[in-house]
Amino acid sequence: MIPIFVFYLFATLVIASGVMTIGSRNPVHSVLWLILAFFNAAGLFLLIGAEFLAFLLIIVYVGAVAVLFLFVVMMLDVDFAELRAGFARYWPFGFALALVILAEIFFGVIAWQAGGLVPAAPAAAARSNIVVLGELLYTRYLLIFEAAGIVLLVAMVGAIVLARRNRSDVRPQNVSRQVRRRPQDAVVNMRPGVGQGVEI
Amino acid sequence: MIGLGHYLAVGAILFVLGVFGIFLNRKNVIVILMAIELILLSVNINLVAFSAFLGDMVGQAFAMFVLTVAAAEAAIGLAILVIYFRGRGTIAVDDINQMKG
Repeated sequence: MIPIFVFYLFATLVIASGVMTIGSRNPVHSVLWLILAFFNAAGLFLLIGAEFLAFLLIIVYVGAVAVLFLFVVMMLDVDFAELRAGFARYWPFGFALALVILAEIFFGVIAWQAGGLVPAAPAAAARSNIVVLGELLYTRYLLIFEAAGIVLLVAMVGAIVLARRNRSDVRPQNVSRQVRRRPQDAVVNMRPGVGQGVEI
Repeated sequence: MIGLGHYLAVGAILFVLGVFGIFLNRKNVIVILMAIELILLSVNINLVAFSAFLGDMVGQAFAMFVLTVAAAEAAIGLAILVIYFRGRGTIAVDDINQMKG
């Protein structure tokens, strides 16, 4: 009884916060609703037994992606009221399209059930979720796992290259010049006479 | 009892919400990126639900890869958004077609 109640709670909340994400006036509120949606999706994952993914969802999405969104929304000084100008004009077409897609998905699911592809009973989990997932990732899907790492590396380098700019009003540290500099280029030993200054 | 169909329904509704969000906020790139995140989340819900009900962990492994790609996509998208805003002072999508390479 309790799992059913919890499922409907999480499902209702994830859908409601999805609606608020796409519908709220202020993008900051949108990001906060998105965070709530991720939390509830993590709850759904927990309910179904995918503990590692649930916590990964919270750590990666709430901890990194949503904060990144929040940072960008607050950093950009944009008039968001102007961006919502076509809201009333666009929604009937979008809504019709959404209904069509939803109907297609449900027809697809119904056809799939009629096809007799009913899954076998899930095997009893003797080992914990993360152990099984780790074994799978580090053996069968090792190459894809490394490819995922490369994707993250490329994304990181790409984001840095895209967002960095050469500013002329600051004097940045020139590391190679600092490293190349030798003591004999920089320091001169002098022995000035008494009462004489030093000419540089 | 909660079955596979319940999870698939949640995933389908979330996917459609994401598509609808792209149409609804078609000028605001930030909300479009968030709608894409919703779509990827619905895909993850589907993968995890199938994985749990088929007793096969491969779905969860692939959900992890979807998560990775989603994080990378958000980072790149927001970086592009920042440089676009720096250059033009606005993030309205309908101006982007004026760049013409």
